[in-house]
Amino acid sequence: MTTFDTIESERLYSGRLPAYAPYLVLLIAFAASGLLALLLGWGIVPFVIVGGLIAVVGMPAWSAVVENRRAATDRLVTSVIWAAFAVTLVPLVWLIWVVISKGVPAIDLSFLTHDMVQRLDPATGKLVAGGGLEHALIGTLLVTLGAVVISVPIGLFTAIYLVEYGKRNRIAKVVTFLVDVMTGIPSIVAGLFGLALFTLIFGVGTRMGIMGSIALSLLMIPTVVRSGEEMMRLVPDDLREASYALGVPKWRTIVKVVIPTALGGIVTGIMLAISRVIGETAPLLVAVGAAEAVNSNLFSGRMMTLPVFIMTQYSTATPQGYARAWGGALILIVIVMVLNLAARIISKIFAPKTGR
Amino acid sequence: MSTTPPDLETEEPLIQGPYAGVKFGRGDKAFSTVALASGVTILVTLAAVFVFLFIKGLPGFTADPEIFKPSSDSFWGYVGRLLFGTTFAAIIALLIAVPFSFALALFISHYAPRRIATPVAYVIDLLAAVPSVVFGLWGARTLAVSSQPVQRWFDHNLGWLPFFKGPASATGRTILIAGVVLAIMCIPIITAICREVFSQTPRLNEEAALALGATRWEMVRYAVFPHSRSGMVAAVMLGLGRALGETMAVSMVMSSTPIITLNMISSTNSATIASNIAANYKAEDNRIQTVLLATGLVLFLFTFLVNFVARYVAGRGERGQR
Repeated sequence: MTTFDTIESERLYSGRLPAYAPYLVLLIAFAASGLLALLLGWGIVPFVIVGGLIAVVGMPAWSAVVENRRAATDRLVTSVIWAAFAVTLVPLVWLIWVVISKGVPAIDLSFLTHDMVQRLDPATGKLVAGGGLEHALIGTLLVTLGAVVISVPIGLFTAIYLVEYGKRNRIAKVVTFLVDVMTGIPSIVAGLFGLALFTLIFGVGTRMGIMGSIALSLLMIPTVVRSGEEMMRLVPDDLREASYALGVPKWRTIVKVVIPTALGGIVTGIMLAISRVIGETAPLLVAVGAAEAVNSNLFSGRMMTLPVFIMTQYSTATPQGYARAWGGALILIVIVMVLNLAARIISKIFAPKTGR
Repeated sequence: MSTTPPDLETEEPLIQGPYAGVKFGRGDKAFSTVALASGVTILVTLAAVFVFLFIKGLPGFTADPEIFKPSSDSFWGYVGRLLFGTTFAAIIALLIAVPFSFALALFISHYAPRRIATPVAYVIDLLAAVPSVVFGLWGARTLAVSSQPVQRWFDHNLGWLPFFKGPASATGRTILIAGVVLAIMCIPIITAICREVFSQTPRLNEEAALALGATRWEMVRYAVFPHSRSGMVAAVMLGLGRALGETMAVSMVMSSTPIITLNMISSTNSATIASNIAANYKAEDNRIQTVLLATGLVLFLFTFLVNFVARYVAGRGERGQR
């Protein structure tokens, strides 16, 4: 220990910075950075970076002078953590801003009601693409619906097994573990699975919407199982026992007591799972492919889906293609956000009363 | 008036009323069978993923060396190069994502006032909900373009490092930017798990540290971190799993070939397994399809291994606490 520490401990307490010190440092840092920016003609980015750096260095420096070394370290970490938070917000805000500002001009009624099939324009006599994503919207809706129909029953019944019947036996343990592992399956591997499964049965070159549904349900099942399991475990055993005491068999207890009690959470989990898979691109690209026209049959031929639409429009590398890609991206983000928000509202409304 | 116990010898049903005569066993049996079957379906599906990829990909392992040219001359050389690209991009992503995620998780669990922490946690979850294709579009069309001056600066000033050997790509679409986009996609995952783990530190440990005169950082360092170590490792591994398997963000941001290069800012980049599949899946040649399936199998096993280790580490941590 240095002599400095000894003196500190003898003094019982050292000086403290006032509570407004962080705000003051921020103000001074950005004022200084602003002055430099004005003098040297910087843009907004160097201004923010230099201002942030001055604040992150200045706060612990001031603390080291007035307080002690330990307090200075604490202040340093606090500033770094706040800075990290601010930096993480940058990509999110930037991304949302770019998607909105570039997506809004691309969206109009004809964007939503046309597909990309080339048709003869009667005015000019030339072939023009429809320039819309109607086919992609329909495709996404159907493929996702297919995935929901496959994965919700399997996921929910697995959750029921784990909570009500498994009671930590070996099968339940293995299933829990594999569900965890399934969460980490790369989405493109799920797509390859769909492809390998169907090409083995129907021959090379097979592309169907249902292949995408199966690939997506592989990604969706773990989320449904986990959320369903968690929610059913929250249901108090008192309710189950009351039901058994009335002579109600176990399966009716599950259907009439456990599931209704946990319903809000289960629905929330399913919606979050949908919002997770609705934006998946890689499996659909591989297993369903891309199409230019509306195809509303899940069991025959290629289908366009929204993420693949964005991807293919992006790879055209033309201004119109980029504009359509941004338009599609905005629609996709809105769908995902609405699903997320709805899920949260549902979980708020139906949150189980914990009695606290 | 004395109550007589029901006579068990007679065949009289115990239950009267609407349920009389219903055999309870049957419904229960059917229901529990369906539930068990669903659980087994998951086992079978996971096995099927492996089996089908194996059956369809097996010929790829011994495919004609001709199709791997010019980048390589055998399957394992080809996969090795792709694995290198996959790991390299994931390492770049994690180097960026891990410090930010830990800081963010601490911010939410210990540093921010409650009325800020809740919305921040929600916003981070929103970041996780943004589809990867949108990240890819943004990374390629916006971030790559805006980052060109930074990448040129790296080329000029740090060009002596193998990572920044350059020449800087004219489009900015490099493995460095792909790594940054991957990092942004990993941050929500790692943050969400770390946040949970950090906030499970026993309140008494934290308060004891503070009562002994520890500053907030010392409390975090000596009470929160030791308690959360295994959870933090597991979170990073799960982030790694995501970064290894991500396809669109990588394949949209950079154009790549299966080569080994440490150069992060040039226009020739190492492909990852996933992006390589997405780039070549349309190939007419059936042999290439088979090879892609084989690389997919390698990726599946690789991420399976990473996740397995992550769960094992997390599980060991939980047992240690009991």
